[in-house]
Amino acid sequence: MSAVADAHAVDHDHHGPAKGIARWLFTTNHKDIGTMYLVFSFAMFLTGGAMAMLIRAELFEPGMQLIQPAFYNQMTTMHGLIMVFGAVMPAFVGLANWMIPLMIGAPDMALPRMNNWSFWLLVTGALILTSTLFMDGGAPNFGWTFYAPLSTTYGPDSTTFFIFAIHIMGISSIMGAINVIATIINMRAPGMTFMKMPMFVWTWLITAFLLIAVMPVLASVVTMMLMDIHFGTAFFDAAGGGDPVLFQHVFWFFGHPEVYIMILPAFGIISQIIPAFSRKPLFGYTSMVYAVAAIAILSFLVWAHHMFTVGMPIAGELFFMYATMIIAVPTGVKIFNWISTMFRGSLTFETPMLFAIGFVVLFTVGGLSGVMLAIAPADFQYHDTYFVVAHFHYVLIPGAIYGIFAAVYYWLPKWSGRMYSEALGKAHFWLSFIGLNVAFFPMHFVGLAGMPRRYVDYPIQFANFNMISSIGAFLFGISQLLLVYIVYRAIRSGNKAPARPWDGAQGLEWTVPSPAPYHTFEQPPKVD
Amino acid sequence: MSGNQSYYVPESSIWPIVGSIGMLLLFFGFGQLLVNQSNGDPTTTAWVLFTVGALTLIYMIVGWLRDVINESRSGLYDAQMDRSFRQGMAWFIFSEVAFFAALFGALFYVRVFVVPWLGGEGAKGAANMLWEGFEAQWPLLNNPDSSAYKGPDSVVGAWGLPLLNTVLLVASSITLTLSHKALMYDKRKPTIYWLALTVLLGATFLFFQVEEYIEAYAHLNLTLDSGIYGSLFFLMTGFHGLHVLLGGIILSVILVRLIKGHFSSHEHFGYEAGAWYWHFVDVVWILLFTFVYVI
Repeated sequence: MSAVADAHAVDHDHHGPAKGIARWLFTTNHKDIGTMYLVFSFAMFLTGGAMAMLIRAELFEPGMQLIQPAFYNQMTTMHGLIMVFGAVMPAFVGLANWMIPLMIGAPDMALPRMNNWSFWLLVTGALILTSTLFMDGGAPNFGWTFYAPLSTTYGPDSTTFFIFAIHIMGISSIMGAINVIATIINMRAPGMTFMKMPMFVWTWLITAFLLIAVMPVLASVVTMMLMDIHFGTAFFDAAGGGDPVLFQHVFWFFGHPEVYIMILPAFGIISQIIPAFSRKPLFGYTSMVYAVAAIAILSFLVWAHHMFTVGMPIAGELFFMYATMIIAVPTGVKIFNWISTMFRGSLTFETPMLFAIGFVVLFTVGGLSGVMLAIAPADFQYHDTYFVVAHFHYVLIPGAIYGIFAAVYYWLPKWSGRMYSEALGKAHFWLSFIGLNVAFFPMHFVGLAGMPRRYVDYPIQFANFNMISSIGAFLFGISQLLLVYIVYRAIRSGNKAPARPWDGAQGLEWTVPSPAPYHTFEQPPKVD
Repeated sequence: MSGNQSYYVPESSIWPIVGSIGMLLLFFGFGQLLVNQSNGDPTTTAWVLFTVGALTLIYMIVGWLRDVINESRSGLYDAQMDRSFRQGMAWFIFSEVAFFAALFGALFYVRVFVVPWLGGEGAKGAANMLWEGFEAQWPLLNNPDSSAYKGPDSVVGAWGLPLLNTVLLVASSITLTLSHKALMYDKRKPTIYWLALTVLLGATFLFFQVEEYIEAYAHLNLTLDSGIYGSLFFLMTGFHGLHVLLGGIILSVILVRLIKGHFSSHEHFGYEAGAWYWHFVDVVWILLFTFVYVI
């Protein structure tokens, strides 16, 4: 490169962030965008969480106490939608934005302007989605899976806006995923071969592929809904030769890969953290990569296990049952590898590690109840009961959310240059751990005893367990406010963090100072 | 993997936020429009929102692309940037493939399972008790409930306009390839002529498709509300038509840039991206022709 161009590059790259609000509106910096994603997703997490608190308050006792059934239905629906599309997915995208360039030695994401658009489109979509709460006829009330004909023939007016919100958030996700793939494939530092990439990068590469493959499928199913609602088509109406079950097939063809979209990046995070605090390299790195790939491929072949009771031919039931159970194999490989990484390691239990171990233990609980649900004849009993609610909260909270928490504690020193309070972090973990189990473990029992999900009321025999669940949920909910305080306190008055605050941590992100400068790796580092 | 160059990271840009505001107005307006129309309420405000949103979005696209083109023309991009753009376009097309795959999946599910089951076939044929005497056939001319969904009198035959359109689109892919070949040898004139012919063929395709829709509505009674055949027919061919329109617009922009001399045999990513997109749209049409019209 010529000297002139060099001087230009230097001049160009040493701009700091813009001042004021303009910095956040117009930024192309992956760290700024990552921060916005994380803050936004946490705000959404609290919003969706407040709805969950309302749900649990209503279910505290049998009978009607706080809210009307119609509003209760809106709360369960919006809680699910906000948590999936507003909290978990954006949080992972935020982590990807912050960490992937740092982990592969890239100066930024591959397509920085599009990166900004991904974020602001997400806000746009979320704005439309939440605005439905204030519309005539109320917000969507048909459950987050929005089955037809509940959502088409019987949905409120706001369904149309919900559809557009899904479209916009889908576009945002697809663009975010394209950016991640382009970054990982094209921007790795010299020497960073695929099989040297950190596991978080690997899991995100595969997650991004899943996103690009299935978000358009979601777009197509909501488009069909829109046509049925406003243009007289008969996609989900058997009277015109369509089929409501068609909705379920297309939705779950999106929906099952979607649940892996929400867990695979957490697998990656855990695979970073456990080796760091075991002071050992990750056990079975190669098998970890293949296991994630296998889980991703299988995720396309199992969708109808959500629909065992819909009246499928027996061959379908059997196929989807066995295909689902096969997923336990690569997942088991991963659990085995994490435990083997810890085996005879020099373990310490800082907060990220606590969340990681909590992840391994409790995600396994959720995974095993998943195997129970995969058994078609048994699922006939469990279907649409609280057992299912317990199952997916056990994979989503100790899975996805714990993964995110672990990542926040692990990388906060890198982002902010400050250490959080270890004592408060541990308190956050234990309160969350206890709250979560108290809230969701009893749901297995009420579910097995036959309590259906999504009802505003329940018979008296479920009263005790429900009260326990509510108490646990309140504890879990309140303890999340602690996280706000912990992060605030760390940024305001935490101890200065060194470049590598965890002595066992490996990877390029620890070679840059803490906090990471506005621009990093303008010249790619060498990786051996 | 990156070489030892310094990657071009653009300064902050107003276009993403302008685009987001445009999308917000556009979709809010569109939603309001649909809901108010269904409820018989006035739609003026909705139209205003919708139009302002659409204009904002167009403003954004023009401005954003102008920035990118200017950066590209002033030599800020290197080979690595070029690869990022290629990745971006390739995966965007993959997402489009996924979208159409879902529509084809719906078509096959309806044809293989739903309609036969409604007609009483197989273990799940019990659904037949809902509409006794309903007979499964494809294309579905008599819907299970003819009072709710009056079936079409007939469907569009494959060997008239659709065949002509197939020939047009396949020909356009060939002319596009000829144009690309000429570009690779830096032969400007044939490049431009073949590309102009490609755009023209695409426009002709759209003209005949509109003709076909008019025919379907006016004479065949094949409409969006004539049951599942009409639903799938119009959704699938309609989305394809929108993609031809988009591809045509992309190629027209490329044509203008070509005339301005923006591309050479070794630097023409924009051209190639448009070409990829056009070939993708062509392949989708061949599948549509096969599975919606012929079989």
